[in-house]
Amino acid sequence: MIKRLTLILLLAGLGSIFASLTLNYVGDQDLNLTASYYAEHTAKDIGAANIVTAIIVTYRGLDTLGEVTVLFLTAAIVGLVLAQEKSTRELPQRKLPPAGELLITGTRLLLPLILLFGAYVFIHGHLTPGGGFQGGAIVASAILLLLLSHPLQRFSHGLIAVLESVSGVAFVVIGVLGILLAGGFLDNRILPIGTFGDLFSAGAIPIIYSLIGLKVGAEFSSMLVSLSETEEL
Amino acid sequence: MTLTLIMAVLLGVAMVLLALMATRGKRSLGISILSAGLVSLLASVMYLLLAAPDVAMTEAAIGSGLTTFLFFFVLGRVRRGEHD
Repeated sequence: MIKRLTLILLLAGLGSIFASLTLNYVGDQDLNLTASYYAEHTAKDIGAANIVTAIIVTYRGLDTLGEVTVLFLTAAIVGLVLAQEKSTRELPQRKLPPAGELLITGTRLLLPLILLFGAYVFIHGHLTPGGGFQGGAIVASAILLLLLSHPLQRFSHGLIAVLESVSGVAFVVIGVLGILLAGGFLDNRILPIGTFGDLFSAGAIPIIYSLIGLKVGAEFSSMLVSLSETEEL
Repeated sequence: MTLTLIMAVLLGVAMVLLALMATRGKRSLGISILSAGLVSLLASVMYLLLAAPDVAMTEAAIGSGLTTFLFFFVLGRVRRGEHD
């Protein structure tokens, strides 16, 4: 009884807080100082049509490096924990039920399209919504489809690791080149900015975002592959 | 403006109902996982209405795509373990 009463009181309190927040909300009529700086200077300085990408990759590039590092740590820990699980108990290969005809045929049709779309999303990160993280997740979902349709196939962990480390190192190298050749760490003006709206424009942003896309895709894929390779948990 | 507001309210109500189905539903785990994925899908539509297409793409790819499939993957593993 007391428990239910407390719950109702808690819900009423939360409801009144959110109701007052919603009723008193007045949208800003114009951009604040930071937002107006980004809105005015992005097209001129960075050359990217997508302001979000300009902020993520160039203005706040260091934060993105941190995010990628967090994701790398997660993938590394998942790999570490699951690999230990596998090595301590080496069990005979269990017979898996074969994937259905529908799934295999559908995978054959969809896999190239999904991979192409993922690559499109991270290469066009500076022009259209999306970018490295979204494109990487789409690529990883293609790998997931492959894992579901061919459960017995083994993926090369070495290839994934090499792809992941090479793109990570190249990302940092481009960032350091920004200090040497342009205004600062991860400055995109080490390459010519080009025409606004072209695919090869906005300096180093397409390259950096492609590297991030490959890295994120490889990290998600390595997590999925490690999960699917643990036979017993 | 009002059309967007009506759509947002409808989406919110649908999300709450689906979330209830995901957490309190007694039918099966598969239906719970599917409704949790649908909550993410509707959340990505909500982000689109709020003019944040980048966040909407992330939510659609990770929240409703990868997570749902991962849950089903683990569910299949657990079921196969039960039959042994």
